[in-house]
This record gives sequence, structure tokens and C-alpha cells, in this order.
Amino acid sequence: MRKKIIATTSLAGCFGCHMSFLDIDERILDLVELVEFDKSPIDDIKKFTRECDIGLIEGGVCNSENVEVLKEFRKHCKVLVSFGECAIMGGLPALRNTVPIRECFEEAYLHGPSVEEANEEMILPNDEELPMILDKVYPCHEVVKIDYFLPGCPPRADLIWNTLYALVTGEEVKIPYEVIKYD
Amino acid sequence: MNNEYITITIDDQEIKARPGEFIVAAARRNGIYIPTLCNMPGVHPAGSCRICTVYVNGRPMTSCTTPVAEGMEIETRSPDLEDFRRSVVELLFVEGNHFCPACEKSGNCELQALGYRLEMMAPRYPYQFPERDIDASWPKLIKDHNRCVLCKRCIRTILDEEGHHIFAFRYRGHNLQITIDPEYGKNLTDELAEKAAKNCPVGSLLYRGKHGFETPIGQRKYDKEPIGSDVEKLKKAKVS
Repeated sequence: MRKKIIATTSLAGCFGCHMSFLDIDERILDLVELVEFDKSPIDDIKKFTRECDIGLIEGGVCNSENVEVLKEFRKHCKVLVSFGECAIMGGLPALRNTVPIRECFEEAYLHGPSVEEANEEMILPNDEELPMILDKVYPCHEVVKIDYFLPGCPPRADLIWNTLYALVTGEEVKIPYEVIKYD
Repeated sequence: MNNEYITITIDDQEIKARPGEFIVAAARRNGIYIPTLCNMPGVHPAGSCRICTVYVNGRPMTSCTTPVAEGMEIETRSPDLEDFRRSVVELLFVEGNHFCPACEKSGNCELQALGYRLEMMAPRYPYQFPERDIDASWPKLIKDHNRCVLCKRCIRTILDEEGHHIFAFRYRGHNLQITIDPEYGKNLTDELAEKAAKNCPVGSLLYRGKHGFETPIGQRKYDKEPIGSDVEKLKKAKVS
């Protein structure tokens, strides 16, 4: 049987979900038998080299680059999984959603206590190389179709392992109550 | 003796209920858990959250406000009821700003516990991210409107010594919020503030006399067992 191909990414996230993924401990050896990684920070492949079976998305959508990457994932992956609270509901970055974007920028670059003196020319970053920031941080499923959701901050390693195992082998897996948490 | 009890049927099981008691309480005494959020045992029901909806003789009714009647046939669980309840929980999640990872009540929160029990993985509705404030002007507690689900528990249960309600609603529609009476709020003792925080199903009322995050993850109320397990154990104990 051909090994399943997995791609992962972190959009507006902290990489905590990827750390939790690594927390599957020695089962990572079993995983290597079952899957190959394509575009992912785990093997540092930057661009999709082939079509993938499973895409894991960490983090919400906060800028134009996130939108682009997420759409690429949807295009190249048969199954997309949102893992972590940020991917599901915006998480910590979404705390800015109730503050107008200009106020956020002014606080971050002009008036914040740590930047007041450093930014004498009062510049707001606007280089065209930089991705455009969105008005709000959006959950991934409000941008593209997402097939499965793994809540948690971070999702427990057992939840990630069980889900991946079920998706890869097609076997039904019983997920215990304790591993589904929103924090 | 016989006329002290009436017979009702819950999920094809005949049970004895006391006349005048609400369906949710009768079920609870018999080890049948009906999910509730705004309801509190011993407190007059408000019927504001609708999560306890069951079919009574085939019609949807809130079981916390419907008194039992002889011969009632009640259905508490079916795929469509579960889905209905999940949709209510989802609506509450998207309507406020519920950042579980940053909340002091996480793990002990009834809204979250219902999400776990009803297996909500992500809400089907779009997040609203409403602009709401935090009122930290009172000496005994902090009131975070982002997390409030408007269950009225604080309004119903927190009264000063003379029987004045300390909490009340203000504004209307989607602006509705809990407020503290500027006059009677002065009667909010440490004891009352702690009770208010305890009765709040979510992390909207925080008592200043206590530290947040004191219980480690894994030992909190709903970490190991779903909400309602205590009620369901009652039934298992009776059977065995």
C-alpha cells in the first residue's frame, strides 16, 4: 500500500500545536511507517511537490499570505483538518477582533511603551513585500471548507495521534472523553 | 400513599414523580440527566437557555419549566434533540467572546462542559466577535461581559440581607447585559461575591478574593468526567 502523504502548516499560530504533535513520543516511529511528509515545517519543504492525502492546519487566518497558503492546502489536500483553537476560532490572535485595525497598528508601532522611542519617524509597516493584514482574524473554516476539527490549546497528542491513525488506516478509533478539550 | 406520587414515562421507563415538580428535577432524582445551563436545582427556573428541551407527548418543551403531569410521555434523547442542544451551545459560543484557553473558569465551566458532552468540535455558525467590555469597578468582583450567557443565575440567586436583587439586566436585544445595582451593589459582601462567582456557569463573574488557575489541568471539575455523570451514577447505583 502506498504511504499516505501529509502536509502541515502554521498560519496565525504559535507552533504549539506542532509541538503537541511531536508529543506523540515513540509513536512517531509508527507514524513514519504509515506516512510521508510533504510541505511541512517538520521536514522544511516549502512548496507542495505532489498531491497530499491529509493537510493539518494550525492557526487562524490573519493576513493575505495565510489566505493564500490555506487555499493552496485546500487545492492540494484531499482532507483538511483544523487543529487547535486558533484554527477553529481564531484563538489568542483573535483578541484583536474587537479593536479597529488602525488602533491595533498604532498601539503596536507608535504608542506602545516599548516602541515609542524606537520608532521616531512614526512609520507603520507598509512595504509591498509584507502580506496585507486582514480586518479580523478568521477561523479557517470561514475561509475554505474544512473536513475535521481537533479542538484544544494545544490539541492533546492522543487526539492528534488517534485522528491521524483513523484517517490513515481507515479504522474506526474511539476517542476518550479526556482528550477533547478547548484549552 | 398512592396519590402522593404520579407516574410519568421518561425514555420508555416508568418513573414516579412528585406532583408539581419540574420534569428536569424528576428525571434527575431517577438518575436521568437532561442537559441544562441556566437551570439550578432549588432555584426558580428561568427557561432562558432552551438546552433542556425534551419532547413532552411529542411536543418540544423546556423540561426545567414544565411541571410533571400524570401519564406524561417524555423523550429526552434522540439524534435531533442532541443536535438541537448542540446548536444552542454553538450559538452561545459564537455570540460571545469565549476564549477558553485564557479563561479562569476553563475546566469548571458549564458551557464548555456541555460542549464536551455534546461533542461540539467547531460551531456551524460564524463567529460574531462582539465588542464587549469588562467592568472591574466593583471591589469584590470582576464582571466580564465577553463571557456572559445571560442565564440570569446571578439575578435570581444573589440578594442582599433585605431581599433586594443586586444584579439586574440592562439594555435590550443584542445589547442586553448584566449590571450591578449602584445602590444595592454596596451590599455585595465577600460571601455574596464568592457565591455569585460560584453560581455563574461561565467565567463572567470572578471573585477577587480567589486566585484564578489554582486547580491544575487534569484535576478540574469536567476534566475527567462529562457534566451529568453524577446524576447518571445515581441510576447505576440504583440498578446494582
